[in-house]
Amino acid sequence: LLAHGNVAQFACKVDRVVLNAMAMSAALPPDICAFGESSAIVFGEADPPLHASLRRLLSLVTEAGPKKTPLYDEHVRLGAKIVPFAGWLMPVQYTSIVEEHRAVRNDVGIFDISHMGQLIVEGAGAREWLNAMLTNNIDKLDVGMGQYTFLLNERGGIIDDLIVYRVGEQKFLLIVNAARADEDFAWLQNHLKEGRSPDRPGGRPSFANATAGKLETVVPCELTNRSANFGGVAIQGPRVVELFRELFGKDIEPPTRNYIADFRFDEMTVSVARTGYTGEDGIEVFFRTIDAVKFWNGALEKGKPLGIKPCGLGARDTLRLEMCYPLNGSDLSPDRNPIEAGLGFFVDLSKPNFIGRDALLKTKEIGPREKLVPFRMKEKGPPPRPHYVVFQNDQRTGEVTSGTLSPSLNWGVGMAYVSAAHAKIGAEIDIEIRSQKFPATIEKKPLYRKSEK
Amino acid sequence: MNVPDDLLYTETHEWIKREGENVRVGITDHAQSELTDVVYVELPKMDRQANAKEAIAVVESVKAASDIYAPVKGTVAEVNKALEADPGLINREPYGQGWIFVLKIDNADDLKQLKDAEAYRKQIG
Repeated sequence: LLAHGNVAQFACKVDRVVLNAMAMSAALPPDICAFGESSAIVFGEADPPLHASLRRLLSLVTEAGPKKTPLYDEHVRLGAKIVPFAGWLMPVQYTSIVEEHRAVRNDVGIFDISHMGQLIVEGAGAREWLNAMLTNNIDKLDVGMGQYTFLLNERGGIIDDLIVYRVGEQKFLLIVNAARADEDFAWLQNHLKEGRSPDRPGGRPSFANATAGKLETVVPCELTNRSANFGGVAIQGPRVVELFRELFGKDIEPPTRNYIADFRFDEMTVSVARTGYTGEDGIEVFFRTIDAVKFWNGALEKGKPLGIKPCGLGARDTLRLEMCYPLNGSDLSPDRNPIEAGLGFFVDLSKPNFIGRDALLKTKEIGPREKLVPFRMKEKGPPPRPHYVVFQNDQRTGEVTSGTLSPSLNWGVGMAYVSAAHAKIGAEIDIEIRSQKFPATIEKKPLYRKSEK
Repeated sequence: MNVPDDLLYTETHEWIKREGENVRVGITDHAQSELTDVVYVELPKMDRQANAKEAIAVVESVKAASDIYAPVKGTVAEVNKALEADPGLINREPYGQGWIFVLKIDNADDLKQLKDAEAYRKQIG
C-alpha cells in the first residue's frame, strides 16, 4: 500500500480575498497593527549582497530540519497527522479531511497558518515602491484594507501570490506563502538595495524605477521579515461572526470584508482580517508567536458550542479547490503568468511600471498559449490528481495541476492547464487515469456554490 | 489498532485470510486509518493472474491514490463489488465488509512468506 498521490503537496497559501473589493470605509482604530514591529531589522551596513539562490542554499544548510509552528505541540496533542510541508511540520488532518471540510462549510473550522510568511514594508516610499513590485494597484487601498496581488519575475512569471494589507498610512503587511517566504524576502530586499543611492552608501534604501532599474526619487522605505515572531490562524465558516463576538466582545463589530484591524483578546492584541481561502465567510488572525497557544486554545474553547473543528492542510486544499483558488507550486509557478492562470483581474496594467508588466502586455497582445481551467468529471469514478494528462479529441492538450474528490459535491473536480484554443466553458476533455481515459467538462468558476449543496 | 491474530499480513499493509485454496485480501485497520476517507476503489479484473507483490487494485482517499498488491501468486476469483457503491466500507469494516478481492493461490507454501499478527504489530509500532 504505497501512496503515489501527492500527499505532501497540500495547500499552504495566502488566504485570499476574491473580488468583492467593496471599499466600505469602516471605522478603524488608529493603531492598526501598531504592534507589528519586529526585532529583525534588515538593512545592516555590513549586510553582504547575497544572491537569492545562495541565500536559499544557506538556509538549507543552516535550517536542515523542518520547522515547527508555535502550535505544533497543540496539533500533536489533538492527534493530528503531521506531514512535512514547505519546510514545516504541519497538520494534514486531525480526524478526517471530509469531516473537517464539512465543519467549515456548515459551522466553523480553525487552521494554523503560522507557517505563512509575514513581511512589513514601511516608510514614506512604501506605497510607491510596492506598486512597482506588485501587480495589483496599492492606491486602491484605504488604510485598513487588503488586496490579493502577485509578485512577478521579469518574465511575468509568478514568484508568489499574496495579500497585502495597508495597516497604516505608510505601512503594509504582506502575507506570503510559506514555501516562498524566504525567496520573496530576498527578492524584495535585492530590489530595495538596487534602489539605494550610490552616493549615499550608508544611506537608507530607497525606491528605484523597477522596470528601467535606474534611480529615481530617493524615498525611504524599510523591509522587515517578522515571520519568526508572528503566527496566525484562519477561522472559517458560516458561524465565524458568532465566534468573533465570543472572542472579542458581544458589541464588537468584525472588520468588513477585506479589511484588517486590531482587537484585544485576553490581554493580547491581535490583528483580524476578514479574508480567507475557503469560500466561506471567515477571518484570519495574526498574533505574536508567544500568544499563539493562548489564542488557539481560546478560540477552540469559545468555538465549542458552535461546533468548531481544528482543520488541517487536507481540508484547506479541498476547500480552496472547490472555489478554484489557485495553489502556488501546483497551479501557479515562475513559468506561469497571472493571465494564463485566469487571474488578470488582480493585475493593473494601467500602472506605469511594475516588474513583469512588459511581459504581461505581450501575453495580452498575442494571447496566452495555455489557460488554467476548472473541470468536473462526467462520471463517478477515480478522482483526478495533479500531473494526470488531459486529452481533447485524442490529442494531448494539457495537464491537471490540482484535483481531488470534492467533499461538498462528492464528485471528482480539478484544475488543468489546457491549450488556450480548447479552453472553453462546456468543452469536453478526457483525463487519463492509469492508462484509461475518463471524460470531464470544462466548467466556470467556482466549482462549488453554496446553493448546490 | 486492531490486528486480528487469525490473519496474515504483508509489509504493504494488506491482510490475508486463508479460505481453503483461496485467500481473501483487504487492507489493515492501520492502513485505513492512515488513508482515512476512502472515496474510490479500483477493483482487479476477474480471472486476472498476478504475481506476488504485483499491484492489482487501487484505493483512493481524498488525499492520495494507493496501490494494493497481490500478497502471493494467484488468480483473481472474486471482487467486492459493494465497494463501488460504498468505498467507505474499507474505513468502517476493514476486516469485514471492506474486503477487496479473493485470490485462488497457486502454491499454499507461498503463504509462509507472509507476516503473522505479531510481526505486523511490530512493524507498525
